[in-house]
Amino acid sequence: MKYDLVIVGGGPAGLAAAIAAKDNGIDSILIIERDRELGGILNQCIHNGFGLHTFKEELTGPEYASRFISQVKERGIEYKLNTMVMDIANDKTVTAMNSEDGMFTIEAKAVVLAMGCRERSRGALNIPGYRPAGIFSAGTAQRLVNIEGYMPGRRVVILGSGDIGLIMARRMTLEGAKVLAVAELMPYSGGLKRNIVQCLDDFDIPLYLSHTVVDIEGKERVEGITIAEVGPDRKPIPGSEIHYDCDTLLLSCGLLPENELSKTAGVELSPITSGPIVNDSLETNIEGVFACGNVLHVHDLVDFVSQEATNAGKNAAKYILEGHPAAAKELEILPVDGVRYTVPRYIRPEVMDDTLTVRFRVGQVFKNCAIATYFGDQLISKRKRPVMAPGEMEQVILKKSQLAEYPDITNITIKIEEA
Amino acid sequence: MYDVAIIGAGVVGSAIARELSRYKVNACVIERDEDVCCGTSKANSAIVHAGFDATPGTLKAQLNVRGNEMMDQLSKDLDFPFKRNGSLVVCTKDQDPSLLEELLEKGKKNGVPDLKIIDREELLKMEPNLADDVVKALYAPTGAIVCPFHLTIALAENAADNGVEFFLNTEVKEIKKADGHYVLTTEGETIEAKTVVNAAGVYADRFNNMVSDKKLEIIARRGQYMLLDKDAGAHVSHTVFQLPGKMGKGVLVTPTVHGNLLVGPTAEDIENKEGVNTTMEGLDSLAATSSLSVKNVPLRQVITSFAGLRAHEAGGDFVIGEAEDAKGFFNAAGIESPGLSSAPAIGEMVAAQVAASLGLEKDPSFNGTRKGILNPAGLSMEERNELIRSNPAYGQIICRCESVSEGEILDAIHRTLGARSLDGVKRRTRAGMGRCQSGFCSPKVMEILEREVPMSMFDVTKNGHDSKIVFGYNKKI
Repeated sequence: MKYDLVIVGGGPAGLAAAIAAKDNGIDSILIIERDRELGGILNQCIHNGFGLHTFKEELTGPEYASRFISQVKERGIEYKLNTMVMDIANDKTVTAMNSEDGMFTIEAKAVVLAMGCRERSRGALNIPGYRPAGIFSAGTAQRLVNIEGYMPGRRVVILGSGDIGLIMARRMTLEGAKVLAVAELMPYSGGLKRNIVQCLDDFDIPLYLSHTVVDIEGKERVEGITIAEVGPDRKPIPGSEIHYDCDTLLLSCGLLPENELSKTAGVELSPITSGPIVNDSLETNIEGVFACGNVLHVHDLVDFVSQEATNAGKNAAKYILEGHPAAAKELEILPVDGVRYTVPRYIRPEVMDDTLTVRFRVGQVFKNCAIATYFGDQLISKRKRPVMAPGEMEQVILKKSQLAEYPDITNITIKIEEA
Repeated sequence: MYDVAIIGAGVVGSAIARELSRYKVNACVIERDEDVCCGTSKANSAIVHAGFDATPGTLKAQLNVRGNEMMDQLSKDLDFPFKRNGSLVVCTKDQDPSLLEELLEKGKKNGVPDLKIIDREELLKMEPNLADDVVKALYAPTGAIVCPFHLTIALAENAADNGVEFFLNTEVKEIKKADGHYVLTTEGETIEAKTVVNAAGVYADRFNNMVSDKKLEIIARRGQYMLLDKDAGAHVSHTVFQLPGKMGKGVLVTPTVHGNLLVGPTAEDIENKEGVNTTMEGLDSLAATSSLSVKNVPLRQVITSFAGLRAHEAGGDFVIGEAEDAKGFFNAAGIESPGLSSAPAIGEMVAAQVAASLGLEKDPSFNGTRKGILNPAGLSMEERNELIRSNPAYGQIICRCESVSEGEILDAIHRTLGARSLDGVKRRTRAGMGRCQSGFCSPKVMEILEREVPMSMFDVTKNGHDSKIVFGYNKKI
């Protein structure tokens, strides 16, 4: 099989990338989706709040996905469901498998990685205690409740205040469960402020910051959970334990980009984001392999995933039609002083689009500070932000015209400064 | 009336059952849990010791070396993963190197082949990630790794295929001597047997003490472990033991047959024989202790932690054979390390004793081979496509982390002693054993169990008993 463009993953990132590639002149596109329908994790996100940026209205996850799925179908873009990509070689040969076609290979001119992310598991968190039934990642519980219609718990404690955990606190409550508490290891929440208000405060669910689970009881099903306050070293403080009789522990302790396939292709990953290191066209170190969405770095809002993926699709189309631009000067964007990383990491001033959105996260909560951008040593912009938190992605927009005024710089620095 | 009732379907009970099934015998295995391999057999170091550690002349020494010898052929006959990766006992610069010599001598007396002591230079060629303080090591090329689930399940399946009955979810409450036989009482039922084999792990003392005045005392010795992602699986290629030292008996760092890295165990004597919980202190100590032998163990890549209980008998050795004052009651008790390594040899020994006691004849129809669940990853693309054409379920991946197809899960459910729970499927196929730890595949495996067993979704469990996954439909709990 041969396609100009293979898109690995039919979630919001893969769909937007496919649409953009098609609209930019590529007809031979294949989306490969491992699940039984397009739309990815949005299908189980039946709450509203999606699409405020993209459509200027509040949609549910399935509604948001359906708008992109319709566009894919209108354009006649090919896709395969229930199909697992088993390998991506660095020559862009994609090996995939399903029940109908068996195992097959596709030679692609370009590949867009859009595999999304997975949740951090109990094991990765090193939570001590027994290993009974009743410990779920928040996303697994969300699938059981919203897709399958089954309740995985009656009395629930949630560890981690990531957005899925917050959403599931409300969801489980609405479906008849009692959510006793949300414990968060860090002194701040990992989720969006609006979710804390709408999903916890409105239902009188207590949020314990700087707390973690120190014991899980119950050999068959969870029978009790003990949480404790942690000190600045994140170690539990003896005597601060709170015990809950409960049958369920949900975990919402962070998302990890799923880059196992990227590794098979030889894509270089960032230890900070666990996603590929990309340049301004969202291209990885492997020529013609692009990445977008949560496989690149974990997003808070799907609207930004769609924007990013649109760029990846457009850039992949450009690559297929025009090939790689002649070796252009590449600047590194340096994240310092509170900025943990940036996507993209590299920027090519001569070939970049007129504007480039650089997204990043801060490493701690900052109040009344500013995001400062330097071209070399020269301060270019300083934008005040009343509050910045690791749970909310930040951005800086760079202009090609402005960069052109600084032909001699070798890097760009983004940092947090006092306002 | 059974000829033999075996209590416990762990690796020891299953090995004895399989060896007994070579005879014309009416035998059963009684297991309290919902599956075989649910106790100590599922939570251990997953290694086959070379046999230099046990004191010469003990049952541990004899059966370890014999069990090790048997594994190559057994793994071929029963189709389970087994690899002779070799083991190293490392000595650091502040430890006494003569301890290595002592181990070497013990090993020679026990009949362990090809042992040698090697120095740091040669060691680093074999294991570049050994700690900087490591100066010497005892190398045992016959040291090996095995999948304890597949070993136990293979033995049990083969025993069942050769006519041994398995009663799962059946706990023996009481054993009484009757006229020339034993009466075992379970929840509301009785099982009569001419002979009883006690392979009840940490509870073996309870059953022995019901019929014998020669009391046993089994202490549950907890071992906590951390299992790392396959990305870390090549950090060492041999099983790296430590010499006993300031930090106790030390922990091992080893690859598993499936390509993960395993670190552990702790050793804590505990009161609670159900105490398979991990503790913060235990897990923290593994991190510290493992660094004495292997440097830079990538602990950020831990995907799960677990604990198992070794059945330590106060006398220190395995307790095997007919109780002096209880004719027809055979113990296989106190089977702690090297129990997994010794299990096939224990099976051989106990089966021979029982057969002699009952005067059993060999059964010419015994078939000692068994095919495991097909692992399609070992097939060429053509073979795999042929497989998918004949059974499309092999084309549908259910567990993305371990690339387990629906075909493998169907096989796990429908074969002899098939899986009935998420953990049953996991131990047989690895679905849910990967880096996401079943987050994505568990709802799908639940659906398959519901459809194929068939069973109600509300009866699907993690590992039997009350380990239910979901309580009811939305709003109806």
